[in-house]
Amino acid sequence: MQLTSHEFKQNSVKALADVQLQKALRNVEKNFIEKRAKAAEALPEFDALRDNAKAIKDHTLAHLDLYLEEYEKRVTESGGHVHWAENAEDARRIILEICRKRNAKTVTKGKSMISEEIHLNDYLSEHGIEPVETDLGEYIIQLRGEHPSHIIAPAVHLNKDQVEADFRRVHTHLELDRDLTEPVTLLAEARAVLRQRYFQADVGITGANFLVAETGSSVIVTNEGNGDMTQTLGRCHVVVASIEKIVPTLEDTSQILRVLARSATGQEMSVYTTFSTGPKRAEDPDGPEEYHVVLLDNGRTAMLGTEYQEMLRCIRCGACMNHCPVYHAVGGHAYGSVYPGPMGAVLTPSLNGIDKAGHLPNASTFCGRCESVCPMRIPLPKMMRHWREDEFERQLSPKPARFGLGFWAFFAKRPALYRAAVSIAMPIIAKLGGDRHRLKSLPLASGWTTHRDLPAPEGKTFQQQYAARAKAEHHG
Amino acid sequence: MADQATARAGILNRIRAVNGRTTSDADRRKVVSERLGNAPLGVVPQRGQLPKDARQALFIEKAEAVQATVERVPSYAALPDCVGRYLRERNLPAAIRIGSDPRLRSADWQAAASLSVVDGPSDGLDMAGLSHAIAGVAETGTVVLTAGADNPTTINFLPEYHLVVIDGADIEGDMEAVWRRVRQMFGKGKMSRVVNFVTGPSRSADIEQTLLLGAHGPRALHIIVVDSGG
Repeated sequence: MQLTSHEFKQNSVKALADVQLQKALRNVEKNFIEKRAKAAEALPEFDALRDNAKAIKDHTLAHLDLYLEEYEKRVTESGGHVHWAENAEDARRIILEICRKRNAKTVTKGKSMISEEIHLNDYLSEHGIEPVETDLGEYIIQLRGEHPSHIIAPAVHLNKDQVEADFRRVHTHLELDRDLTEPVTLLAEARAVLRQRYFQADVGITGANFLVAETGSSVIVTNEGNGDMTQTLGRCHVVVASIEKIVPTLEDTSQILRVLARSATGQEMSVYTTFSTGPKRAEDPDGPEEYHVVLLDNGRTAMLGTEYQEMLRCIRCGACMNHCPVYHAVGGHAYGSVYPGPMGAVLTPSLNGIDKAGHLPNASTFCGRCESVCPMRIPLPKMMRHWREDEFERQLSPKPARFGLGFWAFFAKRPALYRAAVSIAMPIIAKLGGDRHRLKSLPLASGWTTHRDLPAPEGKTFQQQYAARAKAEHHG
Repeated sequence: MADQATARAGILNRIRAVNGRTTSDADRRKVVSERLGNAPLGVVPQRGQLPKDARQALFIEKAEAVQATVERVPSYAALPDCVGRYLRERNLPAAIRIGSDPRLRSADWQAAASLSVVDGPSDGLDMAGLSHAIAGVAETGTVVLTAGADNPTTINFLPEYHLVVIDGADIEGDMEAVWRRVRQMFGKGKMSRVVNFVTGPSRSADIEQTLLLGAHGPRALHIIVVDSGG
C-alpha cells in the first residue's frame, strides 16, 4: 500500500465522521480488552513469562547473526532453501522467481503482515499470478481492494452488511436469494469458495510467527486452519518472514507462545500452532514438494544498536492497538501505514523515515496503556517521544507547533513571568466559561473543541493551590 | 536486485558490527551454542504440574473449555464402536478417513458393521477423519500431532469432523514435556516435518468479532482418551 501517514489528520477527520467505521470500532474496545485481562489474570505466571519473553528476545537480538546462521543451516539440512532479501523489492523478486519456476498461476496465502509490508499481492498480480488470501478477514478486504486495518483482525473496521454486499458482488455464481444476513452464513460461503482454491494453488505463501534456530522450523499461529491448508496443499510452500522472528529453541518458543495468544485474543492457546520443517519427506503422503524461506531485512538491521532496537522484540499480537484510545477513535486505516496503532507509530518511521510518518508518533495521548499491556514490555511511549524529539530536532514538525512550543518554553524558562501571566489569564478564561464552566470553542484549538468542550479553569492556579496546601500541611 | 550472497553477507555483517561491539564473536558463539544445547526451560506454569489422574482431568477440562468434546474408552479395541456411534449421533455418513497408524489399525474395524474405512491422506471430501496424537498438553487442553503416513497432516485440517485418539499416558502437563518426547522420537535439533498443536476446533471472529466454529478447518474436534494403563 502507498504510505499515506502524512495525511493522518485528514484521515482521522474522515474516520471520526464514518458511521459504519465507528460502529465497527466499538467491537475492538468491547471484546479485546476484557478477554486479555481475563486470560492474564487466570495465569499467575503471566508477568514472569512476559519478563522471560523479553529476556529471550533481547538475548536473541544480541546474537542475531549467529542464530540466523544456525537457522539457515538447519533449514538446509531438512531440505529447505533459505533466501536473503535486503529489501521489499528483493523479497518480491525472489518470490516471483520461485512461482515462475513452478509455472504458478495462482498462489494461496496465509495471513502475513510481511507480505503486506512488501506489497506482495499487487506485485504478483502485475506479473500474471493471482494471489488468493485465505484468512477470512484478509479474504474480505482483498475483495474490497483494501488493506488490513488491524494486524490480527484485518477486517475489524467492517460490519456484516458490508461483507454481505461484497460477497453478493463477487460470488456471482451462487444463488441470488441465498440468506447472508448472519456471520455464520457468510463464513460458510467463504469456506466453500476458498476450499476449492487451496487445491488449485501451485504455491502456498505464509508468514511466520517464529523461526526456530535449533530446528530450522517456521511456526504459524492461527485459529482458522487456513494457514495450514495453504502450506500443506500447495505443491510449494514459501515462508516470508523478517529476520527478527528468530528464537533460539523450542522451549523459548513455548515461553513466548504463552504470552502471544493471551495478549492477542485472550485465548490461552490459539487453535493451530504449527511447526514446519522442510519439504515433504519420503515417508510423507502429503505436504509440499518444496520449502522456501525468504528472510527479509527491510530496515531491521538499521534499528539494531539504536534507541529503537527494542521494537524488534514485537511479536505482532495487537494488544497495543486494542488498548489505544487513538486507535479506538479512528481505526487502523487512518494511520495510512501497514502497521497501525502504537507499534506502527514506532515501527513505521523506522522503516519508512520520520519525514514520511511524523504524524504517527504524535498520534498518542501518552496514556501508557500500550506499554502496560505489551507482552514483550516494549517501551512504546518512550520510543514515540524519541521520534517526536527527532522530528523536532530535524525541524520537521509544523511551524505552528514549533511556534507554540517556543512560546510556551519562553514562559516556562521564566517562572516569575509564567506565574504572573497565568494569574492574569486564568480569571479571564474562567469568566469566558460562563455558568457552565466550559468553553465551547477556542481560537487555535478547534481540533479539540469541535468534538468536546474544554473545561474552564476555576479558582486558583495550580501553583497557588500547591503553595497553599504546602503551607497548610506545614501548619497542620 | 542485490544478489543473494551479497544480501546475506550485508545483513549478517551489519548485525555483527553492532553485536560484536562489546563482546568478542568467539565468546558469543559459546553463549549461543550453550543455549541451543541446553535449551533452558524458563517459566513453566504450575497449572500442569499434577499427578497423572489430575493431569488427565485438567486436560479434559481445558479441551472442553475450547469447545472440543472428550470421551474416554478402556482400550483401542473399543475405537470402532466409539467412532461408529459418534458418526451415527450426528447423522454423518458411516465412513472414516484413517492413516496407517498401527495403534489405530490394531482395532477390528471390519467388525463394526457398515463403517467404511478410507485409507491415506484426505482429499478434502471426507466428512470425518481419525488421527492419533503423539501427546497432549494438560495446561491448555491441546493435542499434538506429527506428520507421516501413519497420521497424514491433511486429516487434521480437511474433514469437517476431526477425531483424535490419545493414549492417556501421553498426556503431559506442559509443552516443554512434549519437546522432550519430540527429541526422543526424532533426535536433538530434528523435527517431524510438521508438528501440529491443536487446541479446539477451527474458528474465526473476523466478522464483527462474533466467534464461529469451523472456519476452514474442522467444525468439531472430538478427543478419545484411551486408558492404556500406562
